[in-house]
Amino acid sequence: MTQTNIQELQVTPVPAAGLAVAEPGDPSLAARWAAGTLQHLLPWVVPVGIIVLWQVASSLGWLATRVLPAPLEVAQAAWTLTASGELWTHVRISAGRALAGLAVGGGLGLALGLLTGSLRWAETLLDSTIQMVRNIPALALIPLVILWFGIDETAKLFLIAVSVFFPIYLNTFHGIRNVDPGLVEMGRTYGLSRWQLYRQIILPGALSSVLVGLRFALGLTWVMLIVAETISAQSGIGYLTMNAREFLQTDIVLVGILLYALLGKLADVFARALEHWWLRWHPGYQKN
Amino acid sequence: MINNSVTSNPGGVRLDLDGLTKRYGAREVLRRAQLTVAPGEFIAIVGRSGCGKSTLLRLVAGLEDASAGRLAIDGVRAPGLHAGTRIMFQDARLLPWRRVLDNVTLGLAPAARGQGGEVLAQVGLADRAREWPARLSGGQRQRVALARALVHQPRLLLLDEPLGALDALTRIEMHRLIEGLWQRRRFTALLVTHDVQEAVALADRVVLIEDGRIALDERIALARPRSHGDPAFAAIEKRILDRVLQRPNAEEAPDSRWPGVPAHGLRWAV
Repeated sequence: MTQTNIQELQVTPVPAAGLAVAEPGDPSLAARWAAGTLQHLLPWVVPVGIIVLWQVASSLGWLATRVLPAPLEVAQAAWTLTASGELWTHVRISAGRALAGLAVGGGLGLALGLLTGSLRWAETLLDSTIQMVRNIPALALIPLVILWFGIDETAKLFLIAVSVFFPIYLNTFHGIRNVDPGLVEMGRTYGLSRWQLYRQIILPGALSSVLVGLRFALGLTWVMLIVAETISAQSGIGYLTMNAREFLQTDIVLVGILLYALLGKLADVFARALEHWWLRWHPGYQKN
Repeated sequence: MINNSVTSNPGGVRLDLDGLTKRYGAREVLRRAQLTVAPGEFIAIVGRSGCGKSTLLRLVAGLEDASAGRLAIDGVRAPGLHAGTRIMFQDARLLPWRRVLDNVTLGLAPAARGQGGEVLAQVGLADRAREWPARLSGGQRQRVALARALVHQPRLLLLDEPLGALDALTRIEMHRLIEGLWQRRRFTALLVTHDVQEAVALADRVVLIEDGRIALDERIALARPRSHGDPAFAAIEKRILDRVLQRPNAEEAPDSRWPGVPAHGLRWAV
């Protein structure tokens, strides 16, 4: 068999896409930096623009204070409340209620979800009952709740806990059930005991579902908190807002609304941070 | 008791399959399989899809119970999972929430964790020890699965078509890797594969399962390492492949109600 000569082809080097190759006519570094900054700033143009327009409209008297106070007034009201310590007190109380409701409802939902997901007899016994109760909207229970618990803290805790319970229960249950059976089989062949299987394979496998349930529950927490505090309250952001409404202090009403929004956003940021930490092995969460 | 040296040779087990039968409802998937495997032998099991080869492997593994017949490992009948047996599945089945090294040390006693790094080095992935499995390629994941199986120093290694999803080049590299590790450790190996070439390249004996029965048990008398281009290799491969394809599937017996049966006589291996 004759030796075939493989000649090396002459290849002109082509710069790979994305490499910074300086060529005449290229925009300078400063210009490119400016373009990047513009990209970051553009999304803020509309919201800032709206706030500016709003302030102008209020200052010119087109927008009555009773309807919608100027942004500067809202900021001033917030500042006054912060300085007097009132703001912090109310925020602390509201956040405390939300966390307590989350802990009770979420903890119960997690425990029952783990139970019915892991043990067949528990599922047979409990799941259909829980599904039936789930169909009762929590808000429809309000009259009953008032009758049972009155209008103090227990009532609020109950409302929040009840609405938080179901998403966490459902997602935990499904998380446990949907763990890859191939992984469990593999674990068995490696001599893992039942408890080791549970801790090393089933629980981590269910974690992403549980976190979905948590994020959903966090959103519900704030809604139910607002409702619970609106029914009646002696303290908390809801009380602040309702009180201000009585006295036509619309700027404080807006402060209350913004506080709810801020707290909700913080909770979501926290949940996402949890996800990014606990699920950093997941291909969907990796920077690629 | 776990040996602390990865290079020691725990040797292989002896397998005795006596009339092993497996039924799923009315369907008999494995019929009275009779097979003896000497310690340290490498057996390849080939056959069409659905012939029962994976079922045989799962029975040997203890993942399922036989409907009839006996299975003895080192002369002892112990149904269920066996401590010295490890399985490589078709997919790597790595725990995605653990790093590669932690996957390799799955199920190991804490004292023996250090060996994980050594075995990873033997499969050529020492530098990927801290990676998440999602970032590895298919071939690399199977290598990690192999390391995970071997770190337990198994005396019986069962391979259920582990290389089916890999590309041809990776498969050849894996053949060399598996053969090298087997030659060093001398465990008993049972490889289920649809690839006759792979069977002839790796095995001491090739067993053909047809309709749940063992139809062929041929010793491969070639010297190792085996070369694919070798005429003797090709001849054996052709002979076994012809034998696999020659008998028609029982389900495809010509039906007299349908006179239009194709005359080209194609028979399907899948």
